[in-house]
Amino acid sequence: MGSTGKLSGVLKKYTMLMALVVVVVFFYIATDGKTLNPQNINNLIAQYAYVFVLATGMLLCILTGGNIDLAVGSVVCFAGGVGAVMMDKHIPWPVATIVMIVIGILVGMWQGFWIAYVKVPPFIATLAGMLAFRGLSNVVMGGYQYTVTDKAFLNIFGGGADCYIPDFLRNESLVASIGKTLNNMGIQFHDVEGNVIPLTEYPFSWTCLFVGILAAVAFVVWTIVNRSLLRKNGYTLDPFIAVLAKTILICSVTIWISFKLANYKGIPTALIWVILVLGAFAYITKKTTLGRNLYAVGGNEKATRLSGINTNRVMFLAYTLMGFLAGFTGVLNIARFVGAQPTYGEGYEMDAIAACFIGGASAYGGTGTIGGVIIGATLMGVINQGMVIMGTSTNIQVVVKGVVLLGAVFFDVASKMLKKGGAKA
Amino acid sequence: MAEVLLEMKSITKTFPGVKALDNVNLKVEKGEIHALVGENGAGKSTLMNVLSGIYPYGTYDGDIIYNGNVCQFHKIKDSESQGIVIIHQELALVPYMTIGENMFLGNERGKKYNIDWNLTYSEADKYLKMVGLSDSSKTLVKDIGTGKQQLVEIAKALAKHAKLLILDEPTSSLNETDSRALLDLMLEFKKNGMTMIIISHKLNEVAYVADKITIIRDGSTIETLDCKKDDISEDRIIKGMVAREMTDRFPKRKDVKIGETMMEVKNWTVYHPEFTERKVVDDVSINVKKGEVVGIYGLMGAGRTELAMSIFGRSYGIGITGELILNGVPVHLTSPKNAIAHKLAYVTEDRKGNGLVLSNSIKHNTSLANLDALSKNKVIDQDKEYEVAVEYVKKLRTKTPSVEQNVGNLSGGNQQKVLLAKWMFADPDVLILDEPTRGIDVGAKYEIYCIINDLAAAGKSVILISSELPEVLGMSDRIYIMNASKIVGEMPASEATQENIMACIVKSGRGE
Repeated sequence: MGSTGKLSGVLKKYTMLMALVVVVVFFYIATDGKTLNPQNINNLIAQYAYVFVLATGMLLCILTGGNIDLAVGSVVCFAGGVGAVMMDKHIPWPVATIVMIVIGILVGMWQGFWIAYVKVPPFIATLAGMLAFRGLSNVVMGGYQYTVTDKAFLNIFGGGADCYIPDFLRNESLVASIGKTLNNMGIQFHDVEGNVIPLTEYPFSWTCLFVGILAAVAFVVWTIVNRSLLRKNGYTLDPFIAVLAKTILICSVTIWISFKLANYKGIPTALIWVILVLGAFAYITKKTTLGRNLYAVGGNEKATRLSGINTNRVMFLAYTLMGFLAGFTGVLNIARFVGAQPTYGEGYEMDAIAACFIGGASAYGGTGTIGGVIIGATLMGVINQGMVIMGTSTNIQVVVKGVVLLGAVFFDVASKMLKKGGAKA
Repeated sequence: MAEVLLEMKSITKTFPGVKALDNVNLKVEKGEIHALVGENGAGKSTLMNVLSGIYPYGTYDGDIIYNGNVCQFHKIKDSESQGIVIIHQELALVPYMTIGENMFLGNERGKKYNIDWNLTYSEADKYLKMVGLSDSSKTLVKDIGTGKQQLVEIAKALAKHAKLLILDEPTSSLNETDSRALLDLMLEFKKNGMTMIIISHKLNEVAYVADKITIIRDGSTIETLDCKKDDISEDRIIKGMVAREMTDRFPKRKDVKIGETMMEVKNWTVYHPEFTERKVVDDVSINVKKGEVVGIYGLMGAGRTELAMSIFGRSYGIGITGELILNGVPVHLTSPKNAIAHKLAYVTEDRKGNGLVLSNSIKHNTSLANLDALSKNKVIDQDKEYEVAVEYVKKLRTKTPSVEQNVGNLSGGNQQKVLLAKWMFADPDVLILDEPTRGIDVGAKYEIYCIINDLAAAGKSVILISSELPEVLGMSDRIYIMNASKIVGEMPASEATQENIMACIVKSGRGE
């Protein structure tokens, strides 16, 4: 019965989005609007970048049949630790970065080997990895803390969660003239102390706003082109109103965020990396044979194997890509904390897993999207940050996270039951 | 006139958007075997779910009158306490529990906090004896065959003091001997006064056991036939089910052109992957020519699926020996991928388990075995993929609102068409079809037969594996008969009859 299946699918897709809106509004009210301050939006992105990147990799594993990778937190720490120690020994940062990523890939291949070819259950293989790589991190760092000082490295990977794309589009004379026009219209600008200042001294990243607008325009153009192509080929189109609403929503959110960020210090470097990773993996899952194979293996491994697909290799690649992203998160992580410690990355695996499930990935595999991961990770980030701003105790924060995860998975199961109840006998 | 045990009066059940049952009436008399027949999706199982309380009182319209009382069942326990017990098509036994534990699962003997195991097993043995099973009730369910498992299900139902037993497709996973034994058991129960409802696709079985036959079509009761008075020939029943006379159940092949030998298998032997001593395929030699439909007839467990899967890139079994020659060239296929590259296709008997990714769309299932043809540098051309899927939906007349529909939402016949589409798109030279019409209704069967004929007419070689004799006889150009891991006979279709095929099997069974 298509209609019910589709309806519950749509319902599920947008319920998480609606939940996100509700949560955002809730914290906006509960914190007197503090959560939507430019600085807090900026921090949300820079500090939770790791969730987005790791959840992307985790999604690949979960797609293959609800399999998870418990080792990612330890791998993040281990790869980062090796990189930090190398840079401490004055090895050039590009070399250290490549080594960190290669470590991630090798760890992924190692775990993938045991899981895909030796058939060790993923839970156990990665639990072993979780313990072993945590231990190795300690060995590498000798229990000490390392500081990363290389400026170039920090600037590129979002050092201290406080690195931005330079405002290279800023044109002083243009800004001055806009400022004058606005002043003439009676609009004044104030600094933090409330003194009136000219627009040229007001902190605003024109590049950031421009990029945001550009992205929105690009999205509109892409939507129109795509739709006309679909029409030309005679495919069924989504209702116009739905597409219009979606486009307006996405564009306005993009521009709004870019305006907020422009009001702070501009585009955080971490955001660029997150967008690159999400974009690349959205492409892989949607458009490539590997992506298709991941969904197929999770949906029915036997049928996939009998369709001539090497399912072991698909499984192996899922964990290898997860390892790659864990290594890359290690890079982002030591940049964010400007150093490495043997305890970094603890609990990251759980955040990544939770983001996937909250974003609608099925615990049985076969369904889930990068779009869902974005919603799930954002939801987690908003809840975390909202509670921090509200001053909720850390213990309660963990409780709330747990409840949110359970609620989201309950929704997955409940929608399946709904579908079953509506099925024809 | 015998006493009426159950009457279901103008039952109507709607799901969002669909009327699954529309004013259905069913009258079952005490001590009779009443058969429910109808195409897939006609509403038979829905009706039984209403009766057993799976769809609780209030979610449907109409009345259930049982033993003279109007019933309001809210859950299965309610109907079971009245002695209405349903045995579902899919066996619901826990493999790693004993027969006894399974039989009293949820119905434990003794007290809730102190299960009386002695009582459990002694009662279990008693009921096992009633169904003619000599195994100990302490045997693990996984160690007995499907036929016996079905009997355990029945024993389990008896243990619930069943007065009205409902069997949903009880023989669908049984071989002919076990099926016959089960049907005889039903007749035995009838003598002892048990009332039964049987849902079945197999019309010969229905004719064998039933006293009355109620035909359901599109959610409505069409008619009830009395086996003593009315004509209950298969053609008559089919006419009621599909609302048209099936003058010919198998489409005729036009201009049969059989070419050279396409595939040859010589001295093929395969061992069981777990019981490594056991030969599941024993020194089998077969061949198939271009444009030919070769039938392999054999009972379940004869080794047909094992033969097919081991040929298809060694996807089953160990210790495989023998020669495989494709187009005159000996080949060694090591994986399904390899087999597909050599233009072989195996359409599985188990479409849900081994064939389709139910959570994926028709489009994605159709392309799965041949994604490379649709992609450049591993990037899929999704427009082309869509076109291919639409093309096959049209060609095979798959009933679906769109190719984006999840395969899990389709009926059995349409799922089978998607499975066929997938393998046709892989563009094979040799297609091995393993029970391609299992569990699908008469109309869809006919369409599948037409597809098979088209494939042969296009010069493909088709191997049709089936345990339905009429199907093998009606479709094949040449027939192999397989029994107990061996090929025990080969004959052109023109010489084959039900009698001489069965004779081959009987002879081989006596070791001649």
